Amino acid sequence: MLPAYARLIGIEFDHWNGDVPVLTVDYTPNICGNPGTFHGGALGGLLELAALAALRVSLPEQGREAALTPLSSTIEYLRSAGEQRTYAIGQIVRAGRRLANVRASAWQDSRDKLVTTAIFNFAISPG
Amino acid sequence: MNDREIPLAGETGWKFVPDELDAVLSNIGHNALLEHRYHAHGPDWIELAMPWQDGLAGGGAIGTIASGPIIALMDNAAGTAVWLKRGGYLPQVTIDLRVDHLRPPIRNAMLISRCECYRMSPTVAFARGIAYETSADDPACHVTAAFMLLEGEGL
Repeated sequence: MLPAYARLIGIEFDHWNGDVPVLTVDYTPNICGNPGTFHGGALGGLLELAALAALRVSLPEQGREAALTPLSSTIEYLRSAGEQRTYAIGQIVRAGRRLANVRASAWQDSRDKLVTTAIFNFAISPG
Repeated sequence: MNDREIPLAGETGWKFVPDELDAVLSNIGHNALLEHRYHAHGPDWIELAMPWQDGLAGGGAIGTIASGPIIALMDNAAGTAVWLKRGGYLPQVTIDLRVDHLRPPIRNAMLISRCECYRMSPTVAFARGIAYETSADDPACHVTAAFMLLEGEGL
């Protein structure tokens, strides 16, 4: 289910949180931005895949096969993400007929200490 | 805040050299992986390029590039535009980044991001720009970003 880009930087499915998949990526030199920290692009990519994964699980459960096209991504970098495993989950705020709005968050040690959050808007078209 | 407080490139004696930028970029792991490199620049803008590689493929309906590499490229180009305005490869972190996907990207194409830093205070800089494959008049993406400027030694 995850695209080639996920394999390139090492993003994987980790576990289910209820019905929602949690993705993870280990820190490697390949995703280093500022010395000793994650690159903001790698975090953005992780969050977008978590948002997409939440939709790809939820829409078929409603009997909907849909193609998703990204419209906008807003990413907030809350604290520096260091050299350790990082997790991300998507939370569907609203999935209407034509548009889906998904919030995604990433954390390292604790879900109470988010490192990055994002909001994504996707266009939904019948798959 | 006074514009004169901004250490513009040139006032600090710093000169932008494309080869030096490529050396800085290739020394940053994620940039090296995605092969980000200098493409062009003007007095107040910079372009970085990201060649196509199969590992960039996303899983969306458009079946082309994933958003992650686009976010990374635009983060880098916006940050580089701030470096140009600051006059050196000085420490800074991204506060936030908004990317609008204006049209589907072109399959298997090199993506170029052109960004400018349009406002800078001693502590914060704002940058904006686009990404395109063949013409800046036909952008695939638009970006705005804010950076927190840190003290310390340059890269």
